[in-house]
Amino acid sequence: MSDTTTEPPVMPEPETEIPAGYDDGQDHIGLAHHTTTGLSNTKLAMWLFLGSECLLFGGLISTYMLYRNRQGDAIGPDQLWDIPFTSATSFILLMSSLTMVLAVSAAKRKDERGTRLWLTVTALLGGLFLAGQVYEFTVFYREGLGYTTSLFSSSFYTLTGFHGVHVAVGIIMLLSLVGMLAKGRIVGDKAETVEMVGLYWHFVDVVWIVIFTLVYLIPA
Amino acid sequence: MAIIERPTDSPALAGAGAGVVTPSSSYGYFRRPVQSTGWKSWAFTVDHKKIGIMYGVVAMLFFFVGGFEALLIRAQLAQPDGTILSADKYNQMFTMHATTMVFLFVMPMASAFANYMMPLQIGARDVAFPRLNALSLWTFVFGGIFINSSWFLGGAADGGWFMYAPNSSVPFSPTNGVDFWTLGLLMTGVASQVGAINLIVTALNMRAPGMTLMRMPIFTWMALVVQFLLLFAIPIITVALFLLLFQRNFDATFFSVADGADPLLWQHLFWLFGHPEVYIIVLPAFGIISEVLPTFARKPLFGYPFVVFSGAAIGLVGFGVWAHHMFAAGLGPISVAVFSVATMAIAVPTGVKIINWTLTLWGGKLWFSTAMLFAIGLIVQFTIGGLSGVTHAVAPSDTQQTDTYYIVAHFHYVIFGGAVLGLFAGIYYWWPKVFGKMLNETWGRWNFWLMIIGMNLTFGPMHIIGLQGQPRRMYVWTESRAGEGFFNLGMWNLVSTIGSLILGIGAVLFLVNVWVSRKNPPAPADPWDARSLEWITTSPPKEHNFDRIPTVHALDEFFHRKYEDVGEDGRHDYKQVRTGEQVIENEEANAEAHIHLPSPSYWPIILAFGVLVISYGVIYSTLLLAAGAAIAVLALFGWALEPPTADDSEFEPPSSDGGQPSKELAHV
Repeated sequence: MSDTTTEPPVMPEPETEIPAGYDDGQDHIGLAHHTTTGLSNTKLAMWLFLGSECLLFGGLISTYMLYRNRQGDAIGPDQLWDIPFTSATSFILLMSSLTMVLAVSAAKRKDERGTRLWLTVTALLGGLFLAGQVYEFTVFYREGLGYTTSLFSSSFYTLTGFHGVHVAVGIIMLLSLVGMLAKGRIVGDKAETVEMVGLYWHFVDVVWIVIFTLVYLIPA
Repeated sequence: MAIIERPTDSPALAGAGAGVVTPSSSYGYFRRPVQSTGWKSWAFTVDHKKIGIMYGVVAMLFFFVGGFEALLIRAQLAQPDGTILSADKYNQMFTMHATTMVFLFVMPMASAFANYMMPLQIGARDVAFPRLNALSLWTFVFGGIFINSSWFLGGAADGGWFMYAPNSSVPFSPTNGVDFWTLGLLMTGVASQVGAINLIVTALNMRAPGMTLMRMPIFTWMALVVQFLLLFAIPIITVALFLLLFQRNFDATFFSVADGADPLLWQHLFWLFGHPEVYIIVLPAFGIISEVLPTFARKPLFGYPFVVFSGAAIGLVGFGVWAHHMFAAGLGPISVAVFSVATMAIAVPTGVKIINWTLTLWGGKLWFSTAMLFAIGLIVQFTIGGLSGVTHAVAPSDTQQTDTYYIVAHFHYVIFGGAVLGLFAGIYYWWPKVFGKMLNETWGRWNFWLMIIGMNLTFGPMHIIGLQGQPRRMYVWTESRAGEGFFNLGMWNLVSTIGSLILGIGAVLFLVNVWVSRKNPPAPADPWDARSLEWITTSPPKEHNFDRIPTVHALDEFFHRKYEDVGEDGRHDYKQVRTGEQVIENEEANAEAHIHLPSPSYWPIILAFGVLVISYGVIYSTLLLAAGAAIAVLALFGWALEPPTADDSEFEPPSSDGGQPSKELAHV
């Protein structure tokens, strides 16, 4: 069979011996992940997931930016925002990223007690942020901003609501993690599991920075 | 019941310094499913091959559902003032035809191939996250059932497959059809999203030793590009679907034009997803025929790197051309000019591919098997569709063609002529790999030729019908405005309907072929003299895919294990030194010991079922919604607490090499 195109000219003998330890049919879970890139599967998957989450929030933020001044005669952002209050809750959420870092660091040192402590504090701070959001929504609603009031209100509540749900899911993950750690029920690498929840948590925080800037700080 | 205890000498536990994961009553109620036969072995499987087969079977089912809907549409339009369907039913029919074909046939069929073939092609034992893979399958299956259940629950969605809002809001579409459509696509979206993450990690992280990126079989490459497109396109449609859902169910105002809403919002969000979707549909087929053509031309793929990078370029540019679907919407001259030029630009990498395929055939020893016929059919038919596509890139011309049958002609040439023919090429090519039996070649030829003749008779005349001005989605046409002579709409509509019948018969012949071939003798291990890694194992592959994970030395590894270069003076001349059977025997002789696979699990199908109940709950009752959420939460926790691999003692009979470190894949 003749062939003049793109085959590499010299082929190694296919049946060459494989270096020991390279392909011994075992995966050595937990010690070193024998993955092609060297990254753990879980971590790569988490980053991919967060990448796609960017597009989800991108769509919601775009919708809000399109409609941010379309409230007709109804109440608008200028009459509603309480910047000092929202700044305070934003600060609380950002601080929860710090405690999350401390939790991941403790987990890497195999400091179980510290991990649980900082995870709990992170969940508490996240809960405070959510409580602030619920309070804020209640105030806005009493001032006349219902979900169906205007284009502005629908897109505002949808965007911040989606973020709030992300925070809530994060809190559930944090508390579940605390419980599972306490009972020794984590499957696989503990430090990595904590780190994965941490990645998600930081992402939710970073998204809030964008939302806070675009929604609250830019004048209408 | 100590049933999910892991082997204590597993390095994972030693490494984590945490002691043994102890079983406990909270999730120890169930024995894990470990059956290897019967329906449970399918419902709870995490084996990528079984999941791939189920994807394929369900997708094929929806292919015939969607085809039946298409035949009803054509029957309605065969004569002037058709009376087979009411206007309302007609709207539902074309909406569901498109939805079914795009979301429930082509995409899952591509998933079937990606699931089945990608791990085999890169030399892996399974995907990176086997349980997530099962979740993808079941959310897709339940999503498809959910959307189609709307037929029996007050009527299906009727806004066209792109469901333009505000036309799809409650005043214009008062039944629950659009809600079923929205929630169903959210479910299939979850399936695609999870599958995308899973397959990207698999392709990047699970490759056999020596399998560099530029040695990956081209189908795996194209599937990888598609997964990236899905990863970034699905969240955008998710946003659009949520907005529509909230608009319809919670009276949100996103699409209320009276309140000042911008009707272009939906169009932008939809087509930002919708155009990458076009490449999501067609790139897997491109990948398949890039495997089929070299095999049956007995030549390597011409310009492999060009095919890889043009595929990636199509994926990238595919995100920047969405507004060419909106030329008639009044975007302004600058937007139109930019998107017009971008759209012409995307024809370049596509053209590169067509040239590569043609030059792969050039000078080859062509073997016209059915798979090869379908692959060549794709090149020809897709090129026709590509050319009419370029006429859409020219905005002034497109303004004339928008919403006419010319558009319908174009996208059927690219979707049927591109994606569907490619998928059928893959079915015929890999059938012996998957089922260990050949499909009948004679029936295959009938299958192919009737489908080709049928599709050209169906969709060819639509160019004329469209340029004559017949709008798409009109449920009747009238004789008095049908025109004269050659351009008479009546004649061409009738031809198109007859063509669709031929096409339908051609498609049914595939089922006939499957039936006729069911008792064929076992296929040879290497029936096509194939080139890539999935053939270095038995057909059908064993549960663990490879007795020994193959070490890869070259692109077209299998070919190079069979053939040696005996050419001199810089010329290549390949001589067969081994048969495929010998290569496989050699692998079997060096089999690895102690291969453990991820264990089946109840949780993926339970979680998907929970999502299904939630979806019905959104439409019908909060109570149902709460029940669904409870099921989903239960499944999530069960999943999180369950190790990916069952203990040996759970197997009946117990697994033979107990206590050995297991070949686990991921902690999911």
